[in-house]
Amino acid sequence: MANQIIEKYPKNDRSILIPLLQDIQEENGYLPEDVLKEAAAHIGISMSSIYGVATFYNQFRLTPLGKNVIRVCRGTACHVKNSANILFGLETALNIKAGQTTRDKNFTLEVVSCIGACSIAPVICINDDYYGRVTVKEIDRILKKYQPVQPKPSPQKAEEVVK
Amino acid sequence: MKNFMEKCCSECWHTPENQCQYFVQCCTEGPLCHHSDECTAKIKEYNAQLLFKKHDEPVIFIGAGTCGLAAGAAKVEETIKTELAKHNINATIIRTGCIGYCAREPIVDIKLPNGERIAYCEVTPKLVPKLVQTTIIDGGVLESNLLGSHERKSEICSSLYDNPFFALQKKIVLENCGIINPDSIDAYIANGGFRGINKALKLMTNEEVVKEILDSGLRGRGGAGFPTGKKWELAMKQKSDTKYIICNADEGDPGAFMDRSVLESDPYKLIEGMMIAGYAIGANFGYIYCRAEYPLAISRLTHCIEECEKYGILGENILNSGFNFRLKIKKGAGAFVCGEETALIASIEGKRGMPKPRPPFPVVAGLWGKPTVINNVETLANISSIINKGAEWFASVGTDRSRGTKVFALSGKIVNTGLVEIPMGITLEDVVFKIGGGIPFNKKFKAVQIGGPSGGCLPMSVIQTPVEYETLKEVGAMMGSGGFVVMDEDTCMVDIARFFLNFIKDESCGKCVPCREGTKRMLEIIERIPVAYDDKNDKTDQLNRFKGIIGLKRLAEVIKDTSLCGLGQSAPNPVLSGLKYFKDEYEEHLFDRHCRAGVCKELLTFSIDNTLCTGCGLCKKKCPNEAIVGQKGEGHFILQDKCIQCGMCLETCRFCAINVN
Repeated sequence: MANQIIEKYPKNDRSILIPLLQDIQEENGYLPEDVLKEAAAHIGISMSSIYGVATFYNQFRLTPLGKNVIRVCRGTACHVKNSANILFGLETALNIKAGQTTRDKNFTLEVVSCIGACSIAPVICINDDYYGRVTVKEIDRILKKYQPVQPKPSPQKAEEVVK
Repeated sequence: MKNFMEKCCSECWHTPENQCQYFVQCCTEGPLCHHSDECTAKIKEYNAQLLFKKHDEPVIFIGAGTCGLAAGAAKVEETIKTELAKHNINATIIRTGCIGYCAREPIVDIKLPNGERIAYCEVTPKLVPKLVQTTIIDGGVLESNLLGSHERKSEICSSLYDNPFFALQKKIVLENCGIINPDSIDAYIANGGFRGINKALKLMTNEEVVKEILDSGLRGRGGAGFPTGKKWELAMKQKSDTKYIICNADEGDPGAFMDRSVLESDPYKLIEGMMIAGYAIGANFGYIYCRAEYPLAISRLTHCIEECEKYGILGENILNSGFNFRLKIKKGAGAFVCGEETALIASIEGKRGMPKPRPPFPVVAGLWGKPTVINNVETLANISSIINKGAEWFASVGTDRSRGTKVFALSGKIVNTGLVEIPMGITLEDVVFKIGGGIPFNKKFKAVQIGGPSGGCLPMSVIQTPVEYETLKEVGAMMGSGGFVVMDEDTCMVDIARFFLNFIKDESCGKCVPCREGTKRMLEIIERIPVAYDDKNDKTDQLNRFKGIIGLKRLAEVIKDTSLCGLGQSAPNPVLSGLKYFKDEYEEHLFDRHCRAGVCKELLTFSIDNTLCTGCGLCKKKCPNEAIVGQKGEGHFILQDKCIQCGMCLETCRFCAINVN
């Protein structure tokens, strides 16, 4: 699969690097090391140059993503409308920090500088769905849509049952 | 006729490979190469269809830009379809871009045969049955959600242009946005599209095109405001077999979305602008460097470029003029610094997006060492109108030093969020209070942030400033790409400075020391301001904070003077403008340990009002540090030494029982 993507591009042409990395990431969700090695050989540049580019741009990631990717917009307009609290709320609800993936690989929480939907700030974007004018109260309801069908009872609920 | 490529009769011979020079005129005015009343009538009828002057079915326009879709336009469209099917009504549904009034989205326009095009706002799926019943079946007007008629003088309801949001605007760049179907090249041609390139290719030499742009006084809309004509002139004079024109659509400014809207709502206008630019400077190849965060814009652009190639408007020997032009989209990979010209070029070349020292300027040695002109989306979207209507017409809009219009993205604490295009020279006050409708919930206006992270925050005292490149610079902001974020009394200026510095620190490419190290130090100084310390009597901390502020201004000046590129040079602006206009707020944080806006959480204490607390336990569940205790059904308490001031309890409480001091 990776080969097919790489073969689409001409050899020894440095300018294709970023589109190539974008395609690899689209296919795999991240940039796997072995594919990058193939790409480096194909373009004829060193692995370190690729690493340099891949770590420079915010878009690229070297670790796999979760099933659902949550992007929290932290643009100016969203910031003014308290997106910091939304981010904190999501972090506590998922028990991860921004940039991390949950243990069950269901959610990845990312921060983006601006989604460009400032008029309906604060915005979060889960996969391809946009949620505008989000409040902290809504977070649980929104996340529920993306939970696997039968979630394991959380420890808190288990306590209540014991009581 | 199904499209303009369908021949009117056997006389027409236009194909993408072998082009007719009259193609564009022929599409709107009837065949020019032969005389046939039948062909003219055929073309006229198709134009009337495209302009919705003549149609048998009701036409429903749905605003489906990213903002519209986020507001639920797709669901509304689905509901409309099922509702129409229920009543057995045939109607044409057209997805348009964004008309700019994002606050009231989803916006749906309905045009009955021989009727006016009437816009309705805040159309939810629930409202659809009522809307369809009142407007399409009964032929009336749904007053509750009425926005207005697209006609300037309407006979049945108020006009869109009576609405203050639209009344003060002057639309050049956004004239088609939200009006036409952005995917249809035919609709663009029928609405006067490609006349600019047609005129340039037929009647003007490239020197004349450059002169026209010079005379118009158009200045770069990406931020710095360099005269576009000058840039083109420099590139035109370069002797080189290959030149490039690049459209900078890497709209990295947080709080700005005008480029996205143009790309989504009127992509052909940009393509036409790029073609004219290519013809003027002698470039046969263009790149559109677009943010990857704008998937809808990229897919629309891709489609539009394909359409243009199919029509022969992009490719070899365009309109039989001997001019060749091809366009390619390059997806950005998310780096704010790539808005800087040399960094953008490095990124297209497949390198890390780091700026280079100038000179040589890109117009001399740019992409792959060839002369390259880089223009912003909005700049290029102005071009076709200037060529079409003339420099004089364009120069008559705006002020002496800043000609034309500027698109602003109104956002933040303002009633009418959205996209507005205003003639240069009107005051900030008009934009905020007349077009923007003022501040919601009767709050007080505090500042408006113009120009993104490179701009500044302007307070009430300078709100009479006219919108011009120079005047905005004088008061400590800059035009920037057009972010216009309004802040009210609940916004803390120290927090805003911290926010921007954090952004700049993250986005600094790391090449030059002043920007890489300097912005980090500035952030540290600002971050130290609101932090609460355990020992309130420790004077060394207070002294350090104070010393930091004294050094802050000097550090800012050094970064400004010595950074390599525009990003670093303008990085301290948010802090400098903050210190200039909101010094009292900084001092309040420093000496009184008080944040008047209640944003700097380190300075707040949270407590629960037990007369209001119902003991639902929601805050207890939400508290990340288990700082809330209490029995279910009884009043809860916050343990102050455990509280981390995150504010989650305040956000989640349904009974307003959380007090903040």
